[in-house]
Amino acid sequence: MSEEKQIRVLVSKVGLDGHDKGVQLVASILRDAGMEVIYTGLRRTPDQCINTAVQEDVDVIGLSILSGAHLTIASKMINLMKKNNIQDKIFVIGGVIPDEDIPKLKDMGVNAVFTQSSNNEDMVQFIRDAV
Amino acid sequence: MKLSKNIKNSDIATAAKLITIIENDRAQAANIIKDIFLHTGNAYIIGVTGSPGVGKSTLVGEMVNIFRSQNLSVGVIAVDSSSPFSGGAILGDRIRMQKHESDSTGVFVRSMATRGNLGGLAKATRDAAYIMDAMGRDIIIIETVGVGQVELDIVRLAYTSVVVLAPGMGDDIQAMKAGIMEIGDIFVVNKADHPGADDAEREIKYMLHIGMRKSGWEPEIIKTIASKGTGIKEFVEKINKHKKYLEDNNLKEKKKYGQDQLIKLIKEKLELQIIKKKKNKKIIKQIVEKIVKKEKKPYSAAEDVLKKLGLNK
Repeated sequence: MSEEKQIRVLVSKVGLDGHDKGVQLVASILRDAGMEVIYTGLRRTPDQCINTAVQEDVDVIGLSILSGAHLTIASKMINLMKKNNIQDKIFVIGGVIPDEDIPKLKDMGVNAVFTQSSNNEDMVQFIRDAV
Repeated sequence: MKLSKNIKNSDIATAAKLITIIENDRAQAANIIKDIFLHTGNAYIIGVTGSPGVGKSTLVGEMVNIFRSQNLSVGVIAVDSSSPFSGGAILGDRIRMQKHESDSTGVFVRSMATRGNLGGLAKATRDAAYIMDAMGRDIIIIETVGVGQVELDIVRLAYTSVVVLAPGMGDDIQAMKAGIMEIGDIFVVNKADHPGADDAEREIKYMLHIGMRKSGWEPEIIKTIASKGTGIKEFVEKINKHKKYLEDNNLKEKKKYGQDQLIKLIKEKLELQIIKKKKNKKIIKQIVEKIVKKEKKPYSAAEDVLKKLGLNK
């Protein structure tokens, strides 16, 4: 195996949102793109995600949010990332996100937002470029 | 990175970064381990192995509960296999350890992909365990890849090796006898509420009986239902019993470090020096072509390569 850096991605679901087919699909896509994906399962809190991101020393934190609470969750995550000194990690959100909210999320500091119309290659390429 | 000097006082974030370095850069790993090796040897390392789906991660999560209730700090290294095709991996052992995700200082869980290494562990697993040990974790639990036959490396890393089985795999026990039946210090029959648990227990006893072990430790068998937390306390007591046995008989360090590790490191170093060098890769490629054309025979070709690299006396 090569000695070059392996990209590690945390993939998680925060809050009361039980739909995990999408996040599992994303996890498989990233794995097939050669990344190591740490999947936490459902109903995590932002605190737990941050804790996991620190322990696993991931390069990317990816949250799948279908509940509509993306603005609240994103702002909590950004604050916690700053507090824990991990704002250098790439933070991306995927899910059902209304177009008008995407600029708001990016203003907060979310690096990228992927929706149902995004395609796999773009997502993979974004992560590769960003890391 | 000068982090390793104060490893003893380092926090999880620092240790996590060190583990990333040793995973990605085996040459730097040597420097890091040089700095911290003398600080290791205080943590008690437990290995958990067994086929996929027997409940290893759930069991580990429950073990962590018990150790945390005794106020011991815990490190967990959960190893999963990398895809041999893409090199990627899905590391999902944390799903079964969710209880501890808020216990940010007491429990340090690190998921690790094998990155092509065989034997049930990643190349960096031992070094990651050294880091967790040196940073002062009381207990380190290492969960191997679930394969069933080949994850034997754990026996040289853990003081106590636990083999987890589930009912309904009687034939699997037969298949597993070479190797895995010999490494278990403790056998756990998990999912003991499923039919066939007693049969599984009997089967293990039988296999152990005919195995004729050399060491003095008589392997223990225990039934658990990890998803309900049943039998876990008794299981941890058996781990402690084994620990005491090792300590009383002065076997602890011997168990963890054998000649095979040193040989492994030598191999790894040689591989880095020989096979990964561009010039050498070229030589090897040329000779392979000769074998393909039947101009050379494999064994003598290997010797030729060594000669060309100046390693054959």
